[in-house]
Amino acid sequence: MSIFISEETVEGADDGPLAGTTVAVKDNISTEGVRTTCGSAMLEDYVPPYDATVVERLKDAGADIVGKTNMDEFGMGTTTETSAFGATENPVADGRVPGGSSGGSAAAVAAGEADLALGSDTGGSVRCPAAFCGVVGIKPTYGLVSRYGLVAYANSLEQIGPFGSTVEEAAALLDVIAGPDERDATTRKEGADSDYAAAADGDVDGLSIGVPTELVEGADEGVVETFYDALDQLEAQGATTHEVSLESVEYAVQAYYVIAMSEASSNLARFDGVRYGHSGGYDGNWNEVFGRAREEGFGAEVKRRVLLGTYALSAGYHDKYYKQAQDARAWVKQDFDEALSEADVLASPTMPVPPMELGESLSDPLKMYLADANTVPVNLADLPAISVPAGETDGLPVGLQLVGPAFGEETIIRAASALD
Amino acid sequence: MSDTEATPDDVRHVAELARVDLDEDEVDEFADQFADILDYFHALDEVPTVERDADLVNVMRPDEVREGLSQAEALSNADETEDGYFRGPNVS
Repeated sequence: MSIFISEETVEGADDGPLAGTTVAVKDNISTEGVRTTCGSAMLEDYVPPYDATVVERLKDAGADIVGKTNMDEFGMGTTTETSAFGATENPVADGRVPGGSSGGSAAAVAAGEADLALGSDTGGSVRCPAAFCGVVGIKPTYGLVSRYGLVAYANSLEQIGPFGSTVEEAAALLDVIAGPDERDATTRKEGADSDYAAAADGDVDGLSIGVPTELVEGADEGVVETFYDALDQLEAQGATTHEVSLESVEYAVQAYYVIAMSEASSNLARFDGVRYGHSGGYDGNWNEVFGRAREEGFGAEVKRRVLLGTYALSAGYHDKYYKQAQDARAWVKQDFDEALSEADVLASPTMPVPPMELGESLSDPLKMYLADANTVPVNLADLPAISVPAGETDGLPVGLQLVGPAFGEETIIRAASALD
Repeated sequence: MSDTEATPDDVRHVAELARVDLDEDEVDEFADQFADILDYFHALDEVPTVERDADLVNVMRPDEVREGLSQAEALSNADETEDGYFRGPNVS
């Protein structure tokens, strides 16, 4: 039930905004000389020869890296149970999952093993474990943070994001990692001189909060109650709320999984055991050898997604699945833009359910996918979102998600800090 | 019964395209699961066509020689190398 896959220390610079701060790093973010497994047997012995840009920035900022954290294999999961290195237990909820896929990173902060942590969020993989472990997690606007050195799962959707015990601490880590990078052409200039930490001033007077009914209706009763109590707290501090409708989100989980699986089938084609990764040492026809190496190296959820992605992109099915999913993605974006033209932020429960019991979700993949209903629309729309602790239901943590306009990190950080 | 046909043969075909071997138990399990998941994806049929107008420009830079990984670094994670090259499986 380990939080870390590799517990190795990398010391940062003597001075800097994060000097004396310990940071745990998800094991799909490359660390020079330190094993980076992605939670997969495929990369059990992989040692990157270079640092991810975010790791360089951590070191320059004076942070000490304390270890590489457990995760769902290649980021594919909502519970951290698909890791080839075993599950992680939720440090604040006995016998429950920490959420995923960045479950080890959230657990490290919740358990006090690190002050801060980095995760990656493709469809909720920072916000879900933040909600389940009772900590703060931020999914930045697509393009705010460099993905150079992040092992790709679904690159049009994912961003690296910070965890902290408070909104201000998570925002301070975002300040360090945000900003353009010549090694990632999808990065934008917006985060260059950010001071997100300063935005955590708790001032929500006059803030307009839209509540998408579709993201509240299907949720667990105790989660909904906790969510509305937190909204009451924001209203008591001067915020106003109104209901909004996002008709498109009914199709978001389907669109997300078609796009993510399709991208995964392409991104994970590189793992053939020749340049890196598990080879099995077989000889013979290359296609057969690679098929065997990949059978041994990949776990069930990774195989499922690579195969479904291959199917969705294969001749005769591309228009039916992939193209329609792209239409749905454009529709979701349009819906969010409209809702955010009449609200400063949108609020929902981060997860529709409290943390699941360990072992409960693995047998039914579709059920696990549906748990991502409130987080995946944000990735489809490329928007920033934060999960902040809202309270508890039956002793289990509940997260509140705030979504803002593109590059509106300051707005969601300010709003979330009112609940700190 | 689901409406989508995802037969064990379909699963085997896709697994071959994806270069992922499966054992027979996995083929049967995936066929069942894929039928449910693909059924669920069918809702995408109802999605209207929406104009996709990404407001983005390409990011360009001069094509200049710069330092990259050394040959030794690039080869450092390969199972087998020979004379500074990656070595693939023996075909014969």
